[in-house]
Amino acid sequence: MADYLPHTTDEVEAMLGFLGLDSLEDLFAHIPSAVRLASGGTGLPAGRSEPDVAAEFAQFTSSNRAVSNRLVCYAGGGAYDHEVPQVVKSLASRSEFVTAYTPYQPEVAQGVLQALFEYQTLVSRLSGLPIANASLYDGATALVEALNLAAGSTGRSTMVVSSGVHPHWRAVVRTFARGTGHRVVEVPLVDGVTDWTGVDVESAAAVVVAYPNYLGVLEDMEAARARATGLEALFVVAGDPVAAGVLRTAGQWGADVYVGEGQPFGTALSFGGPYLGLFAVATEHVRRLPGRIVGETLDTNGRRSFVTTLRAREQDIRREKATSNVCTNQTLMAVTAAIQLGWLGTDGLRRVATACATGAHALFDALTTVDGVEALVDAPFFREFAIRLARPADEVIAAMADDGILAGLSVSSLTGGIDPSITGDPSTVLLVTVTERRTQRELDAYVDSLRKAVR
Amino acid sequence: MMTTAQPGGRAASIPLMGHEVEPTMFELSVRGRSAAQLRTTGIAPRSLESMVPLSHLNTEPLVTADLAERDLVGHVTRLTHRQFSVDLGAYPLGSCTMKYNPKFCDAIAADPDLATVHPGAPALMTQGWLELLVTLEERLCAITGMAAATLQPAAGAAGELTGLLLMRAFHHANGEDRRRVIIPDSSHGTNPASVTLGGYEVTTVPSNDRGLVDLDALRSALGPDVAGIMLTNPNTVGLFEEQITEIAAAVHDVGGLLYYDGANLNAIVGVVRPGDMGFDIVHMNLHKTFATPHGGGGPGAGPVAVSSRLAQFLPGPRAQRVADHFEWATPSDSIGRVHGWHGNAMVLARALAYIEVHGAEGLERVAQHAVLNANWLRRRLAATLPAAYDRPCMHECVLTASSLKSAFGVRGLDVAKALMDEGFHAPTVYFPLIVDEALMFEPTETESPQTLEALAVALEGIVARAATDPEGLHAAPQHTPVSRVDEALAARHLIATEDAAVR
Repeated sequence: MADYLPHTTDEVEAMLGFLGLDSLEDLFAHIPSAVRLASGGTGLPAGRSEPDVAAEFAQFTSSNRAVSNRLVCYAGGGAYDHEVPQVVKSLASRSEFVTAYTPYQPEVAQGVLQALFEYQTLVSRLSGLPIANASLYDGATALVEALNLAAGSTGRSTMVVSSGVHPHWRAVVRTFARGTGHRVVEVPLVDGVTDWTGVDVESAAAVVVAYPNYLGVLEDMEAARARATGLEALFVVAGDPVAAGVLRTAGQWGADVYVGEGQPFGTALSFGGPYLGLFAVATEHVRRLPGRIVGETLDTNGRRSFVTTLRAREQDIRREKATSNVCTNQTLMAVTAAIQLGWLGTDGLRRVATACATGAHALFDALTTVDGVEALVDAPFFREFAIRLARPADEVIAAMADDGILAGLSVSSLTGGIDPSITGDPSTVLLVTVTERRTQRELDAYVDSLRKAVR
Repeated sequence: MMTTAQPGGRAASIPLMGHEVEPTMFELSVRGRSAAQLRTTGIAPRSLESMVPLSHLNTEPLVTADLAERDLVGHVTRLTHRQFSVDLGAYPLGSCTMKYNPKFCDAIAADPDLATVHPGAPALMTQGWLELLVTLEERLCAITGMAAATLQPAAGAAGELTGLLLMRAFHHANGEDRRRVIIPDSSHGTNPASVTLGGYEVTTVPSNDRGLVDLDALRSALGPDVAGIMLTNPNTVGLFEEQITEIAAAVHDVGGLLYYDGANLNAIVGVVRPGDMGFDIVHMNLHKTFATPHGGGGPGAGPVAVSSRLAQFLPGPRAQRVADHFEWATPSDSIGRVHGWHGNAMVLARALAYIEVHGAEGLERVAQHAVLNANWLRRRLAATLPAAYDRPCMHECVLTASSLKSAFGVRGLDVAKALMDEGFHAPTVYFPLIVDEALMFEPTETESPQTLEALAVALEGIVARAATDPEGLHAAPQHTPVSRVDEALAARHLIATEDAAVR
């Protein structure tokens, strides 16, 4: 049988002999027999060779509609079909990064540590905040960590969250609030923009706004910041890091904490994971930072070196008093993001952001002339927009898939039903995004396909 | 047993070209250089000002780093040459399970028909992914002896917190507001941190002199306000909790639940199932037991499996088989989402490939050989570095450098650092906290006897050197890209970005 174990039969016997044992089963003799499984007792299928398993997987892969295989993607919602060049794939898949672990021994981990230091620098610049951590699991869980930080910092537990924050992220926030006891107040959107006027709380730990929000709309950031100040709350900005290439940064808007989804920087759509939680803070919150942070230092020979630092915040040292329970983060995705941003460069990032916005506005202009299609709201957007259709969005998506187009995301599939972000029925609302990979011909085909589908 | 063959896991032959620092990408940057090549879209250009209100545009354009592709490749490749990895050599970092990661599993996950599927695409367009997830859930339940699982948690710690929220939902559904969760003093730090975030108080129970949970202490800590216990078995000292059925009965008797921290599931996979030991909730670290690559510190994946009485509370949506196809469905009393989408899907795909290649017997052999290697190493080193607990271990052994410290002032950390000069990664040091000068070795099943022997010889040499050259050990490592780094300086004067550095 094939496997990855080096030992020959003779070697196993010799090792057992050294231990005074007769069989491999004897290694488990101290385990009570009542809980032992009979050999093969899991009922799993027998092992198979790699080519046999590859054949099994062909059944999984063949019944997917993948973007790589003649499906043109207009779906976004935090997961974007950006260009990932071969140079980034090649570098990010180097086994020194892939098969290492958390850099507990800095002398043999300078590669990962320096890459993370460069990543932290890039996230700091994108967010406009001075301190970034070495990543968290994804955007949604990064937001949860931001709220935990805010609770620790303010001693309060009310979280005022714009419903322009991605519905899945809000769902994750609600789940973890079961444990922390945080009260989550979701603020509705009116005409696509958060309406803070109805917020009926005296004070809060955090005010959270998405920028742009999940419908693509550019929020009134001054109003959001003012609301945070009025509630003596930390101002948390959940920002699209691609848009951050040209928009004012979270820091410039006065954010205390920035969170974001880093998937657009070099990570494939990947059916939703692993992605990358971006996290940055203003200096005064550094001691409450969740997860790892890499700092620069010197070795005993005076050479610049990097090391994970401020470790006294972390779970393996502070245990139940830690700032977070995070141990493993998403280092490989963070390293990938640094490489992708290195490939893009200053102008490349700006070109991608501008191309996304240009494509989105071109498609929006064309679609809003189609019968049965109208803009959901009249508000400035960046690279994603919502339209209301004369038919359920699910039906339109299914119909357009026959033309080789993933038309977007059904908003009700994200919200699970009525949601404070949408006035009226969400089931006829379609969320559409355009990335720098889309061409005019593809946009024309989209318009034709939607015209047929929406009838 | 030992042949004349050389060890495959010793990395002492790497030709490094010098010990200079590698510049950062920002130091290599020249404004005006560019590597990016983007598609020609044919879409008429628009100015940002025509699309975005001026108040939103950044008037101080962001500068990142500007490199030619060749220089980017050189920079990143040189960084990889300053990084130890499993592919390079043995990585006996206890508790972390740094076994060989089969390349096949990477290739399976890299298939564009998996990797370029949008997570929000309708289920009808993603049937293959849903079937893969359902298959993996079935396999994980078979392996753990559980009824149902969520694949959403992104890592072990996320799985722990999910499990605690499930515990909470279960008790609340029974109209109970229990306050405490019991944790042994040998536990991973993530356990108490997760307990706090789960809204519970930690009660720590001591270990006995055999390195196991003190059953009497546990019984006296139990009461009607105890929501459950979190246990790692084998525990973090590498020992099997032999009284597990008594522990389970005691906890269940007060209405508590048993949480299985699956960090060490690799030691018993195919041999013992958490469900058969009485556990109600199990998280698995797929990056450990099922050999998905650790990525320099993530991504992992931390699915949580539960017994049937907890299935209704699982996070949703979950992929489910419905007649001849697959759909998403959310359990009736779900605690909600714990991930932005469906979990770390590409990690899940790799783990399934690993499980399918091994099958029932292959996984059992994984556990057997992991335990064989750890016990062989423990016994081989008995006269060099004694085990903290002198009895058969499971997949890892905790040794102690306590006598070196008292005799020569050489600490466990010095031994670990010196081992890197011999071409091996260091063991885990100073964990678990209950052992003085702990050195925790987890050789894993994929290291050969020749590699284990070479590791033992290297450690013998280091221990012998402690008597004659303690200063040399304090100064180790010397063959690595940098020598010992000043951790205190890093913490005292935080430089976390290029922009904070004064160059």
